Amino acid sequence: MIRQLFRFKGGIHPPQHKDRSTRSPIQAAWLPKQLILPLHQHIGESGEPIVAVGDHVLKGQKIARASGYVSASVHASSSGTITAIEELPIPHPSGLSASCIVIDTDGEDRWIEHGPEDIPYTEMDVSHLRNLIRTSGIVGLGGAGFPSSIKLNPAGSKIDTLILNGVECEPYITCDDMLMRERPENIIAGAKIMRHALNARQCLIAIEDNKPEAYTAMIEACKDEDIEVVQVPTLYPQGSEKQLIKVLTGKECPSNGLPFQIGIVVHNVGTAAAVHNAINLGEPLISRIVTVTGDGVAEPCNLEVLLGTPMQALLDQCGGLNSDVDRIIMGGPMMGFAMHSTEIPVIKTTNCILAATESNVTAPSDVMPCIRCGACADVCPVDLLPQQLQWYARSKEFERAQEHNLFDCIECGCCAYVCPSNIPLVHYYRYAKTEIWAQEREKEKADIARQRHEFRQSRIEREKAEKAARLAKKKAAVKKPADGEKDDKQAAIQAALDRAKAKKEAQGVEPKNIENMTPAQQKQIDDANARRQQTDTSEQES
Amino acid sequence: MLTAVLALTAIAIIFGLLLGFAAVRFKVEGDPLVDQIDAILPQTQCGQCGYPGCKPYATAIANNEADINRCPPGGETTIIALADLLGKDPIPLDAEVGEEKPKMVAIIDEETCIGCTLCIQACPVDAILGAAKQMHTIIEVECTGCELCVEPCPVDCIDMVPIKEDIFHWKWPYPEQTDEEAKL
Repeated sequence: MIRQLFRFKGGIHPPQHKDRSTRSPIQAAWLPKQLILPLHQHIGESGEPIVAVGDHVLKGQKIARASGYVSASVHASSSGTITAIEELPIPHPSGLSASCIVIDTDGEDRWIEHGPEDIPYTEMDVSHLRNLIRTSGIVGLGGAGFPSSIKLNPAGSKIDTLILNGVECEPYITCDDMLMRERPENIIAGAKIMRHALNARQCLIAIEDNKPEAYTAMIEACKDEDIEVVQVPTLYPQGSEKQLIKVLTGKECPSNGLPFQIGIVVHNVGTAAAVHNAINLGEPLISRIVTVTGDGVAEPCNLEVLLGTPMQALLDQCGGLNSDVDRIIMGGPMMGFAMHSTEIPVIKTTNCILAATESNVTAPSDVMPCIRCGACADVCPVDLLPQQLQWYARSKEFERAQEHNLFDCIECGCCAYVCPSNIPLVHYYRYAKTEIWAQEREKEKADIARQRHEFRQSRIEREKAEKAARLAKKKAAVKKPADGEKDDKQAAIQAALDRAKAKKEAQGVEPKNIENMTPAQQKQIDDANARRQQTDTSEQES
Repeated sequence: MLTAVLALTAIAIIFGLLLGFAAVRFKVEGDPLVDQIDAILPQTQCGQCGYPGCKPYATAIANNEADINRCPPGGETTIIALADLLGKDPIPLDAEVGEEKPKMVAIIDEETCIGCTLCIQACPVDAILGAAKQMHTIIEVECTGCELCVEPCPVDCIDMVPIKEDIFHWKWPYPEQTDEEAKL
C-alpha cells in the first residue's frame, strides 16, 4: 500500500549541491593532537566537569556529567591527558567563549573498558534504558541538539508513531545521506530501541527523493522489519520536525506545542545510529559524521570525526581551503551561521562545515527596501507574515511581533531566500527573539529586586517599630520600679540610722576626738551639723 | 407630574444604591496605574530619577508630576513601554539624570574592605553580605547595579564592572541597514 502524503504550505527548492560530497565513502578523520570538548554542545544546561587538569583519560571515559534534567554528559573522544579546563571559543553565532575541556591526545586512542549490558534492551526496564541513553551523552544529531533521552520519554502520552528523519533537506549537507547508504543496519537497530522505549505503534523512516541510493539501502535493510521507509518529494524545509509530521500524517502540531502531544516523536537517523552504538555496543557519543563541503574547499567529503576536533584539521584533510573563501559556516547555507575562527571544535550538532566563497554570500550593500511583494509570505512554511514581522522587529515593537507569532518561526530562511530585496529577514527575527528573551530575563530580575526592596523596606519599618516599642517598654520599666525602690532604699537607710542612733544612745558612745577643739574646728563641725540637719529635713519634706 | 417626579426619584435611589454597592463591592486597593508603571521600571532602586526608589517615581509619573524619561537604567526600552502604557509620545532620556549604560554589577575588593557596614546599609535590595569588622561581599545575582554602595564606602573598595557577556545572555545585534533602507 502506498502511503498518502500531504503537503505543508510554502517551501522552496534551492539548488542542492549535494553530489559533490557524496562521491567518496565516509572516511575516518585524522586523530588531532588536541581535542577541545565544550561543556555546552546541546540545548539546556552545560555539563559539569568531573575530571581535573593533569588527569589521564581513556577514550569513551565520561569527563562531564549532565547537570540538570535538560542537559547532557560529555565523554573523552580519545585517550590522552587533560591539559586545561578553560574558556575557549565554541561554535556559536556570537563567537563567544565558553567552558571547554582540552585533551592532549596520546595517539594510542585506547578505549575504556566498555560493552553492552548483560541483559538485552527488550528485557530492560524502560527507564533504565533511557538512563543508559542519557549517560551516553546522546543529543539530537540533526542540528538542534536536544537531549534524546527526554524525547524518548512519552511521559504518560500514548505515542502512535516514531518518525526517523532522514530528510536532510538543507543544501550541501549529506552526512545523513551517507550514513543511510553505508550503515542502514545501525539506524534500524537504533530505531528498534527507540521504538521499544516509546512503545510506538508504527515506525516510519522519511527520505527525500533526491537520495535514491540511501532510499534503496534503507529499503534493503528494512526487508524483514516492521518499519516503513517513505520517500517524500524534495522540498525545503521538510526536515523540520513539524513540517515532516504534516507531510507524513497530515496532522498539524499546535503552535507552542510539541509533537508528542499529538502522539508523534521525531528523531534524526544519526541519533538512531548513536543509540544503537550506546545500547548494543556500549559506546557513548564521541564521534559523528560531518560533511565538509562548499566551493571553498578542494576535496569535499564526509568524515567520521571525533567530537572536539578543530575544524581546521578537517579542512586540511579535505585538501585545504581555496583562496576565494569568504567564510566558514557551521550547518547549511540556509540555517547555518559563520564561524569566527577555524580553530573552533566540532561538537555534537556540527552536521556540516561549509566553506562558502564570496559568490555564495549576500553582502549587506545588496540590501534594498521592501517592495511589499509578498513572496516571503507565500513561501513561509509556518504560515506567518514575514514582512510584517520584519517591520515590527525593525521598529522594536516586540509585543506586536509576538502577537504575530514570532516564536513559531523556525528560522528556515525561506523568506530571506526569495526576497527580491535581499533583506536579511531571519536576522531580524533572531534579533527580536533574543531581545524578547533578554527583556523577559530583565523582568524576572526586576521582580526579584522589587520583592527584595519591598522586604527590606518593611523590615526597616518593622525594626524601627520594634525598637521604639522596646525603648518605650524599657523606659516604663525603668521608671516604675525606681519609685518603689527609692522608698525601700530610703526606709532601709532610715532603719539603719535609727538602729545606729538607738545603739549610740544605749551605749552612750561619743566621738573621742571632740574635746579640746579650737573654735574654728568647732564652728566647722557646727556648720556641718547644720547642713546635715538641713538636708535631712529637706529630704524628709520631699 | 407627581408620578414622573416619584418615578425619577425612585430611579435615582435605585441607581444610587447600585453605585454605592458597586463602590464597596468592587473597591480597588491602591492605584493600579502606579503598579502598572512600577512593573515597567527596572527596579534598580538607584534614585537617579530624583525619587527615592522606583515606586515613588512610578507614583510621581501617575500623578503627572514627573516625565517618563528620567530612568537611565531602563533607557529607551522603558521610555517606549511607559509611553505605550500612558498614551504619550516617547521622548529621549533626560540628559540631566544620566545616560543609559551597559548593565553593571558591584564588586568589593575584599583585600581593602574594612567591614564598616556602610554599603550594607546603602544597598536597597540587601545584596551585600557582611557584618561589622568582617569582610563584605556582593551577592552578584541579586545586585541591580544601582551604584548606591559606591559613594558611602570610606576606603573606596567598591567597583562597578560591566556584566560579562556569555552565550546564554548574548543577543543578536540589530541588523545593519543600508542608507537606502534607513531612509524609509
